[in-house]
Amino acid sequence: MKIHEYQGKALFRAAGVPVPRGFPAFSVQECVEGAEKLQGNKLVVKAQIHAGGRGKGGGVKIVAPDAVREAAEALLGMTLVTHQTGPEGKLVQRLLVEEASDIARELYAGIVLDRSTSRYAFMVSTEGGMEIEKVAAESPEKIIKEWITPGQDLKVFQARKLAFALGLTGVQVKYAIKTFMALWQVFKQYDCSLIEINPLVVTRNDEVIALDSKINFDDNALFRHPEILELRDLSEEEKSEIEASRYHLNYIKLEGDVGCMVNGAGLAMATMDIIKHCGGEPANFLDVGGVANAETVAHGFNIILSDKNVKAILINIFGGIVRCDRVAQGVIDAMGQLKVSVPVVVRLEGTNAVQAGEMLQGSPLEFIVAKNLEDAAEKVVLASKGGSK
Amino acid sequence: MSILLNEDTRLIVQGITGKEGAFHTRQMLDYGTKVVAGVTPGKGGQTDQNGLPIFNTVQAATDATGGNSSVIFVPPAFAADAVLEAIAAKMQLIVCISEGIPTADMVPVKLALNNSESRMVGPNCPGVITPGVGKIGIMPGFIHQPGHVGVISRSGTLTYEAVHQLTERGIGQSTCIGVGGDPIIGSNFIDLLKLYKDDEQTEGVVLIGEIGGSAEEEAANWIVENKFTKPVVAFIAGQTAPPGRRMGHAGAIISGGKGTAADKMAALKAVGIAVCETPAVIGETMEKALAAR
Repeated sequence: MKIHEYQGKALFRAAGVPVPRGFPAFSVQECVEGAEKLQGNKLVVKAQIHAGGRGKGGGVKIVAPDAVREAAEALLGMTLVTHQTGPEGKLVQRLLVEEASDIARELYAGIVLDRSTSRYAFMVSTEGGMEIEKVAAESPEKIIKEWITPGQDLKVFQARKLAFALGLTGVQVKYAIKTFMALWQVFKQYDCSLIEINPLVVTRNDEVIALDSKINFDDNALFRHPEILELRDLSEEEKSEIEASRYHLNYIKLEGDVGCMVNGAGLAMATMDIIKHCGGEPANFLDVGGVANAETVAHGFNIILSDKNVKAILINIFGGIVRCDRVAQGVIDAMGQLKVSVPVVVRLEGTNAVQAGEMLQGSPLEFIVAKNLEDAAEKVVLASKGGSK
Repeated sequence: MSILLNEDTRLIVQGITGKEGAFHTRQMLDYGTKVVAGVTPGKGGQTDQNGLPIFNTVQAATDATGGNSSVIFVPPAFAADAVLEAIAAKMQLIVCISEGIPTADMVPVKLALNNSESRMVGPNCPGVITPGVGKIGIMPGFIHQPGHVGVISRSGTLTYEAVHQLTERGIGQSTCIGVGGDPIIGSNFIDLLKLYKDDEQTEGVVLIGEIGGSAEEEAANWIVENKFTKPVVAFIAGQTAPPGRRMGHAGAIISGGKGTAADKMAALKAVGIAVCETPAVIGETMEKALAAR
C-alpha cells in the first residue's frame, strides 16, 4: 500500500525525522488560510498524487506567500502527467504547502529489502534529486549501503559510516545520524516495504531534513497496522481493482483487449504472455485463486467486462484440487446469469477435465472450447480480432 | 534416489485441525505420504479424522512419533513462529504452504534457517512431490509420473501445467518443488540445483521463474560456474507484466527497472539454457533437450 507525501511526512515528524513545516490542504481556501501561519519569503505548493516525477510534470510550485492562492488554483483539479502516471495522468485533489528550505546539498536515503541477502539495506547516495534507478544502473558505486542484522536495529556506527560516506562534516554528521536512526524506526514500526527520501537535503544551517517522502507498506503486514490502513486513498487506485479485491480476486487492469481469467498468479502471467505471443494484447491480469466456482467466475466476468476495451475473454483453469467439472458448472451458471456480449474461450485442464469438456460442449451457451494452452491463446486472439468462432 | 522427499520421510502436519491442514492431510495420506502426527496447540492428546495423534508442540510430536519433516498450514500471522518451532525441533525438511506472511517476520526466520541443519521450502508455495513416493503440499498428485526430470518453480498452477506437459509426453519426474512466490524463501533455485546435481535419478531440470528479484540470473551463473551438465529448460512468466505492479505473488514485481523477464531470459540463454518463449512448449523443449544429450 502507498500513501501520500504529506502522510509520510507526518509519520516522519512523529518519529523524529526532520521535515519542513507545512500542512495538507484539500481546497484553495485551506491553502491560503494555512499559509498565513508559515514563515519565510518562499513557500512550496506540492500536488499530492501516488506517483513520482511530480516536479518535472509541473506539480510543484515555489512561490511568494501572497501567490499561494494562485498556485493552489492552478494545481487543484489539474491532471498531472508524470513518467510514472501513464499518459492519462492523475487528478490532483490534495496539496501540501510547506516552508521552502535553504538547500546546500541534495542527497538520497532509502531502505529496502535486499532479496539476495534476505536483509534490509539502508542506502544513501550523494546523487540526490536524480532518478535513483538511473544512478544504480549507471554508477552503482555512488550508492552506499549498510545491511541491518536480522532482528536488530540500524546501529549508530552504521549511521555514522553512511554520514561520512556522504561527505558530511561537523554538526551535519550528528543531525544525519539522528535522521537515519529515526528513519529506520519508521520502517520497522510500520512494516514498510520501501522508504525513499529523494532529496534528503542538507540546509545552510547544517540540518539534515527530508524534503520528500515515499513510503510503501507490506500488504501482508497491514493487519497489524489499522492506523496505516486509514491512510489509504482509494481515489488513487483503479476502481475495478478495488472491486476485485472485495471478492478476493487479484486483478490488474492493462491496456489490451483480450481479457483473461486464470487460477494462480504464475499461470495468469504465463497466459498473458502466450496471448501476446499469439499476436494479442492482454487486457488484464486476473488470478481467481483456488476457488473457481460460479460466484467467483461471475465476479470475474463482471470485472473483466467493466473494461470496455475487452473484445474476447479466455478462461484458463488448471484444476488441481479445484475440480474442472465444478469450474465448468461455474462458467455455465455465470454465463447463464450474465449477458456476456463477447466471445469466451474456455480451456480447462487437470482434475475431471474430460467431464468438464463434455459439459461445456453440451451446453446451449456459446463457448469456444480449446484443447490446450496454445490452442486457447490462438482462438481467443482470433476472436478478439473479430475472427470466426 | 529423489531429492528432499523419499521413503524415509516421516511427516508432521503443523495446523492439522485447520480447514486446509485437515483437507490436505487426507490428500497426502491418499498419495502415500507417511504422515505420522499433527500439531495444533491446545488440542494435544486428541486424534484427527484419520486417527493421527495430535500434539501441542512439534517437539512432543517428533519425540513420540519420530517425525523428521514438517508441513505448515498455519495462518500467516503465526506462520513464522511455526517455522521457528520446526527449526528448534530439528526438522530436516520444513515445507511452508502459508501465504501472506509479513516480510519482516521472514527476515529473522531466514537467519535462523541459515544457522540450522533444517531446510525450508516456501512459504507461499505448493510444496514438494516425489512422484510415486509421497507429496508434502497441495499439488494434485495424479498429474505426476515417476521418472527422471526435476521441476523447480516459483509458481503453483504454472508448475502443474509444466508437469502435465511432461507426463503427457511420457517424461516422468524425480522430484518437483514449488519454491514459493515471496521475496524471502527458504530454498532458492541454486540450493535445489545443488541437490539435483548429485542426484543420480535426475537427468534434467525444468526451471520456471518469474519477474522480480534476481534468482534466475544467479541460477544461470551458478550453472556455468559449477558445470551443471544436465539439460536445463526454463520458462519465465511475466514477459507482459507492467513495471511497478505486484503480479499476485508478493515477490513478482519489476522495481527500478530490475527483475524483468527479458533480463532473466537473456541471462539464461547466455549460458546455453533452452528458454521457452511460451508456456505451451515446456514439455516439448525438455523432450528435445533429453534426446539431444
